Amino acid sequence: MTVWALSDSWTMTRRELAHWARQPGQLAVNLVFPVMLLLMFGHLIGGGRGVEGTYVDFLVPGMLALTMAFGLEATMLSITQDLGKGVIDRFRSMPMADGAVLVGRAAADMLQSAVSLVVMILAGLAIGWRWEGSAAGALGAFGLLLLLRFAMLWIGIHLALVAGRPEMVQAVQILVWPVGFLSNAFATPEAMPGWLGAAVEWNPMSATATAVRELFGNQSATGTSWAAQHAELLAVAWPLVLVAVFFPLAVRKFAALGR
Amino acid sequence: MSGSGRDTGGEAILVEGVHKRYGEKKALDGLDLRVARGTVHGVLGPNGAGKTTLVRVLSTLLRPDAGRVEVAGVDVRHSPDEVRRRIGLLGQHAALDEELSGRQNLEMFGRLYHLGARRARSRAEELLVRFGLADTGRKAVSRYSGGMRRRLDLAASLLTEPRVLFLDEPTTGLDPRGRTEVWSAVRSLVGQGTTVLLTTQYLEEADQLADRIAVVDRGRVVADGTADELKSRLGGDRLDVVLRAADRLDEVRALLPGAVVDEDRRLVSAPVADRMAALTETVRALRAAGIEAEDLAVRRPTLDEVFLHLTGDGDPAPSAERTGKGTTEEVAA
Repeated sequence: MTVWALSDSWTMTRRELAHWARQPGQLAVNLVFPVMLLLMFGHLIGGGRGVEGTYVDFLVPGMLALTMAFGLEATMLSITQDLGKGVIDRFRSMPMADGAVLVGRAAADMLQSAVSLVVMILAGLAIGWRWEGSAAGALGAFGLLLLLRFAMLWIGIHLALVAGRPEMVQAVQILVWPVGFLSNAFATPEAMPGWLGAAVEWNPMSATATAVRELFGNQSATGTSWAAQHAELLAVAWPLVLVAVFFPLAVRKFAALGR
Repeated sequence: MSGSGRDTGGEAILVEGVHKRYGEKKALDGLDLRVARGTVHGVLGPNGAGKTTLVRVLSTLLRPDAGRVEVAGVDVRHSPDEVRRRIGLLGQHAALDEELSGRQNLEMFGRLYHLGARRARSRAEELLVRFGLADTGRKAVSRYSGGMRRRLDLAASLLTEPRVLFLDEPTTGLDPRGRTEVWSAVRSLVGQGTTVLLTTQYLEEADQLADRIAVVDRGRVVADGTADELKSRLGGDRLDVVLRAADRLDEVRALLPGAVVDEDRRLVSAPVADRMAALTETVRALRAAGIEAEDLAVRRPTLDEVFLHLTGDGDPAPSAERTGKGTTEEVAA
């Protein structure tokens, strides 16, 4: 079976690629949505409370982190749809490698997120954002963003397996959005009430956003708290902790479908 | 209680004392079943009787709590992957990737069955032709009709030419045309030696397709046999008398012990032990009393009657609706 693990996972990933090829419109909507948010916050709502320097330099890295965080919904939706249609049951009744369903999902979602990051970066460049740092720094930023997405992936898979139905995704959206906005993606914590600012600084998304700003050489939040001072460390530690918790939970939950 | 005289060692499915509970609810409560190779075995039962749980256990999707389960000679609990190589599963809903075309679906599943890319492609082609889907081209499955979807689903479960095929309520939710399509597809399979286990709520479906029928209620098999055997178990034949005028129904009921009356149809129906004697005696009695009969017939009980009898006060509605309309009222009366 294990011999087949790679090949089966690749087949599952290819399935997603086939979806893209068949429904380019859907893919485009998924890619354009965060760009729309970026334009909205950059031009319509704008401002950025407490931000010094150009807001675009502050906003773009924050939006990149937010895009990764919202990936949780996409993952959850795909898995719940497969569960609801009985497709996962069919996979489980076949002699395919055990982990292929989840690995294929993970690979496809990470790929789409990487594409989404590139699109967002191009959109950012188009509205005047620049990175000042080194190429290595930019790569590091890219890596941290994908690491955050990887953590969201396993949370999404776990929640999907717990929820079981596509309708539950909406309930999770109601939670994901506030968590996404209760970060320093749009405004600095210093401009917020004390307790809120503290919560925002400890938000994993804020850590990634701050670290990415630093790596891109952009305007960074200048918080004085421990969390703000150690954003790069937290941007690595937070996702790793989340993966350490949710990867085993998701895998166990998947295995428990047979109980 | 389960199929006697079938212990030939040629079972495609062997289930002994299987238990499965969800929390407090016993979905399977010591269920026994044997299905001979190359036959179609219908599993009939009301909603919640345990039919789907049984299929999920047999197809390795659920682990039983206790009991022995062998499919195609392989133990389901010890070697699920070996079982998966030998089975096809058609669940209650078409388990397909709706965004992909029929061909893409079959090729994907074929690869996951480890047929290899080339064989997956040729097998997909063969099955599309065989199930009348060859001209669907690039059309997404989401735009298929219910019957087409079900046929594609069936094709997907036949990619490896499985020895045992599980069909869980294959025609639920299909219109009559879709149902006929699925039935003829199943019939054509059986000729090729595939063993089929088919769950259904519809007596007509079991009667049409199955060699033997197991009636399941509350997680156990309460009867198992051919349709004829099951009908005999209800106490043999029934005599139906239809009168010209409704006003003498009560007199006729008095003539026939155990008779029930359906006033709307001016029908008196009674169980009889000896067909010929009952017929001639009734004709004589009617003539003597000067009662005119429009119709007089001895018949086997319908499967509806057997089903209601076996599953007791269970809710027969889904099955009764779909099969012969007239028969249910007599029994309910």
